[in-house]
Amino acid sequence: MAEQTLLRQSPLAFAADRLAEVTRATGGAVYIAELPFLTQLNLRLDPKGPAAEAGALELGVPLPTGPGAATSGPAGSDELTVVWLGPDEWLVIGPPGTESDLAARLRSAIGDEHAAVVDVSAQRTTLELSGPRARDLLASGCALDLHPRVFGEGASAQTLLARAQVILVGRRDGAFRVLVRASFAAYLVDWLIDASVEYRVTR
Amino acid sequence: MMLIPCPWCGPREEAEFHYGGQAHVSYPADPAALSDADWARYLFFRDNPKGPFAERWNHSASCRRWFNVIRDTVTNEILAVYPAGQPKPVIA
Ligand SMILES: [Zn+2]
Repeated sequence: MAEQTLLRQSPLAFAADRLAEVTRATGGAVYIAELPFLTQLNLRLDPKGPAAEAGALELGVPLPTGPGAATSGPAGSDELTVVWLGPDEWLVIGPPGTESDLAARLRSAIGDEHAAVVDVSAQRTTLELSGPRARDLLASGCALDLHPRVFGEGASAQTLLARAQVILVGRRDGAFRVLVRASFAAYLVDWLIDASVEYRVTR
Repeated sequence: MMLIPCPWCGPREEAEFHYGGQAHVSYPADPAALSDADWARYLFFRDNPKGPFAERWNHSASCRRWFNVIRDTVTNEILAVYPAGQPKPVIA
């Protein structure tokens, strides 16, 4: 039998050049790039129970306790981000390729306590948006208040962006991460590119 | 477009929610004992008031939690928001 090599392909692999063109055309006002294959673990447990403490301790990042929050740490290439998804549900985001190891560590830390750790890394891909007009660009398709006083670093929300379900995470220096389902990613990129036309440098 | 206050996420646009119909319709304790007419009444018959109506909503685009709302069906004014499983608050 012929040997098979399986190559994974991110949902937006085809779009890298078109996204780079946005940065060029807007003179850097909007920067959009895919961060493919980020580790994403769905974590469900009782926030007041022993599993919450054990999980947070193992991650080294406190679980955000309420809606609209995300916690991150430690800064660097190993950085983890934990996003509040529901009163007993979080999304743990980490560097690509760490999902098995991170899930195993969490499961062993939680032990026999009542909890669920599920690898959902393939469910969504991630877009990073930055640049001085990134916030305005998102605001043109999102009903939430994205003013920096309301939605800055450490803020998060599950909401609709251009009618597509997304997870928004506020990052340092006015940047954002937008997590979108694989099957909606191409549509959302089309929308973002179209919406960014407004910020093109005219000459 | 209504602005619906999710008890977890705060006020969000109606498009983020999924409607769940009348609240406080409990499953019959012994369905097999019901006549066809009573079963049909449980399945298909709902109140249709002009005014305050207790109904279920799910915040499907965000936290995915169910909760109850009392909404005035004439004005769309939301008079109360309370957790599923709690008794219906008295609206003056
Ligand atoms: Zn909600």
